[in-house]
Amino acid sequence: MNRLAAITLTVLLATSVSDLQAEAPLGTWVRDAQKCVVKIYGAGGLKGLEAYQSGFLVSPEGHIATAWSYVLDVEPVVLLDDGRRFESKIVGFEPSLELAVLKIEATDTPFFELKEEPTVDWGDPVIAVSNLFNIATGNEPASVMQGTVASVTDLNARRGTFKTPYRGKVLILDLIANNPGAAGGAVIDSDGQLAGMLGKELRDSTTGVWLNYAVPANALRTTIGDIIAGRKTTVIDSATATLPRKDSHNPTALGLVMVPDVLETTPSYIDTVSTGSPAARASLRPDDLILLVNGQRVDSQRTLRSLLRTIDRRDNVELTVQRDTQILPVTLQP
Amino acid sequence: MINAKTRYRCGLFSLGIAMLSCSPSNGADPIKLDPALERVESSRIESVARAVPSAVSVFVPGGGGGGSGVTISPEGYALTNFHVTSPAGSFMRCGMSDGNVYDAVIVGIDPVGDLAMIRLLGRSDFPKAEFGDSRAAVAGDWCMVIGNPFLLATNLKPTVTYGILSGVGRYQYPSGTLLEYGDCLQTDASVNPGNSGGPIYDAAGKLLGIVGRCSFEKRGRVNVGVGYAISINQAKNFLGYLRSGRIVDHATLGATVSTEPEGGVVVSNILESSDAYRRGLRYGSEILEIDGRVVQTANDLQNVMATLPNGWRVKMSYRSEGNTVETLVRMMGVHLEDELLKKMAGALPPPPPRPQQPGQEEKDSDQNDKDSEQDEKPEKNENQPPQRGPRGQRPGKPPVKIPQQVKDQLVERKGFANYHFNLVEQNAFIDALRSQFPAADQPTQTSSTEKKKAWLIVGETDQTPPQPVTIQVAADKMSLQIGQKTLEINKRNEMYDVVTDGTVAGLLPALDAWRRMLSDGPRKFGESYYLGTMPLGGERPLRDVMVGIAGELEVRWLSHPDTGAVEAIEVFADRDEDPAELWLLREGDSQVMPTSLDLRYGIDSILKIKIKSWEEVPASDLQWSTEKKNANNAGNIKRMNSVGASENTNRPEVKS
Repeated sequence: MNRLAAITLTVLLATSVSDLQAEAPLGTWVRDAQKCVVKIYGAGGLKGLEAYQSGFLVSPEGHIATAWSYVLDVEPVVLLDDGRRFESKIVGFEPSLELAVLKIEATDTPFFELKEEPTVDWGDPVIAVSNLFNIATGNEPASVMQGTVASVTDLNARRGTFKTPYRGKVLILDLIANNPGAAGGAVIDSDGQLAGMLGKELRDSTTGVWLNYAVPANALRTTIGDIIAGRKTTVIDSATATLPRKDSHNPTALGLVMVPDVLETTPSYIDTVSTGSPAARASLRPDDLILLVNGQRVDSQRTLRSLLRTIDRRDNVELTVQRDTQILPVTLQP
Repeated sequence: MINAKTRYRCGLFSLGIAMLSCSPSNGADPIKLDPALERVESSRIESVARAVPSAVSVFVPGGGGGGSGVTISPEGYALTNFHVTSPAGSFMRCGMSDGNVYDAVIVGIDPVGDLAMIRLLGRSDFPKAEFGDSRAAVAGDWCMVIGNPFLLATNLKPTVTYGILSGVGRYQYPSGTLLEYGDCLQTDASVNPGNSGGPIYDAAGKLLGIVGRCSFEKRGRVNVGVGYAISINQAKNFLGYLRSGRIVDHATLGATVSTEPEGGVVVSNILESSDAYRRGLRYGSEILEIDGRVVQTANDLQNVMATLPNGWRVKMSYRSEGNTVETLVRMMGVHLEDELLKKMAGALPPPPPRPQQPGQEEKDSDQNDKDSEQDEKPEKNENQPPQRGPRGQRPGKPPVKIPQQVKDQLVERKGFANYHFNLVEQNAFIDALRSQFPAADQPTQTSSTEKKKAWLIVGETDQTPPQPVTIQVAADKMSLQIGQKTLEINKRNEMYDVVTDGTVAGLLPALDAWRRMLSDGPRKFGESYYLGTMPLGGERPLRDVMVGIAGELEVRWLSHPDTGAVEAIEVFADRDEDPAELWLLREGDSQVMPTSLDLRYGIDSILKIKIKSWEEVPASDLQWSTEKKNANNAGNIKRMNSVGASENTNRPEVKS
């Protein structure tokens, strides 16, 4: 109550001179936010898997933050608010944040700044901007919805209830924001600042309740900054030379038996782990999915093999793997 | 910008404050509000209070579901969804917040746009909603939805939900075969089954649209934050059509378009029989504007087209081979009439379910799977029993008895939702026609003398030098004399020819139809019906349109909505050719003689006549030329006149 009273007071001060009307359009403020939100089209399209999601610009050079998902299994196509269409490149992703950063060849794009401090707390009004249900197409602006931050809490306390690798704080929203296609959308506060990123659809496995939440912007800030600055890119460094077969690592020597490589881009799932191998010593298990090798993105088994060819067989190999909903860093010692 | 944000906070926090003040207070002092906050909050309360009285809760008699609606006139005319009225057929019961239940009768339906007009009976002073302008609404505007979600309003108090517009100008693909939501509003205010057909208001309580559809997916048939409403501006376009009691159709240009990569709407295919083709639209032409709205993408154009009724003529501009053309274009129907009726039968929602448990049936949603986008994959809904009974009534109960006052306003007829309302409009038309010039100043005639009545119109062309004009219109014979040339029509089939040939004699069938409508009335004229309202020459206000079909000719009278004065008569001979349009120019009210006549084909005027006198005389007084000339001589006259009128008539010259 004190909190509301305090905010009310602020409002009183701020509005004492303004001519308040019943019609209180959110106007240009909402429009400005819509201009930073993009539509992303990629893999999917099968039953229950929509081939679209949302994202938002985080730099004037065309960097886009979005949710890390199957939609990004192919290089996605990005549509800006003005209808311009771009091929995009995945320049970095952080599985533990379910965050990916894309880059398009555009300049002077409008963008959200990411603040170091949390911009919202419980009780604060917010607007969610996303292309939920892919309602907007072409140059049509993304959908806006209003509501309140119901609480700031972590999903960690209920591990296993929600299937997500994200372990940090989330903004629980009282609006039905997390619909198909909304993941990667922006949540903004009443100053038009970015407050968070809408997460993927999550459903309580015991109660069946759908969760409406966002990852706070300040939790994403460092990673996004590092990716934009090139400090934390997952792009494969093509300059690194491929070593002779006898001098480099390979899956077999590390004790990794992968699932049969039958597709052009077969995901790097481990089928079995050889006993006594580096992989076994690092406690890797069948069904672990290899996401990164030395910080570089593994989009297929082919990529995995070629990345291992660039690493001297006497050096350690740093892996990032996904085990069910956990993201684990793993070091393989030869 | 700061204002907007502050207001947003204000709006939200005033809700919070309202809740606070409800909580048990341990102090004696009530919470004091800042006047600014109080203004916001009391204005919200006023808006809700202003909006609620016109909200209607629609119930299908016999417990077969229902929905919502909104009254738009003191006589009880109300708008709702087609999919709400269709399970009921022609009769429903409507609750209003005054605590009364009114019988209501169907008026007109628009199955494609999912609109229906009904009339509540029993009062002449119903509260009505005030129309807003949905084109002025933008994403982020506060709005409210008032209605009957889950048919909860059994106490007749409608439910109010509040939110913002999430998007405007949305296009929702046809669901099933018929429904298409173009240029619609998207809101996050809660919209649930049962809200269908109800009003969405802006923050000031003005009507923005008719709620009709939601995005439902895997989460069941409840609100997921996305509701859609048909824009009130689309509804405004259709009001006249709906009032006609007809089953109305939507418009199509007769062309397909695509969006160019560089932007621009370019014609990718066009029907040669379309009016757009006759106006010069071709493959590759770029459409710039239609009905006053700039279009930049194919979706934009589709959005405009979806809001236009079949048969309308609107302004269009396009660019073709470097030239920008401003023109008028007549719309074709999306469906052939029988095709629409057939599709409609297929698109009717399934009959209402049998009650599973006693008392549960009222809680079932409005039985309209049509407002779900995902008809085929809703999750199992335990409120949706699989068994269904016959439409409009529950098994084991006697059929719903239609009250007498509903029967009095219900006439069934093929192609009409309720022919009664068409008859009402036909009567209004003929009354207006008989009270205006040239009939107004004539004493009532007995039928025997009426037959002998004929028109003698004398004037001159607007050319320099002007040529004298004499027009004679009698029952079976008419003539037009311009200068030394005289054209006579002696047979009805000659009337067809003068129109298809695009000759100046085309004004004769128009005048003949008028004279005959006056003397015979719509019932005897031929197949006659009231069409609805449409722009004249692309201009509003919307004119009342009466259609009369006699033989091969279809005649349309376009009258001013306020004065009832006929402003144009269109005579269609061949559907795929331009009609003859006779425009009447008046200086003064409908009682005075028109000052001039203007005959047009397409967008070209080919003959302008200044009228000196227009008299009703006995047919025997008329003088007919001794040498019987064929009307097709008009071709010569047209060539002659085109010098003075318009040069660019590109229709083929007629043989003389």
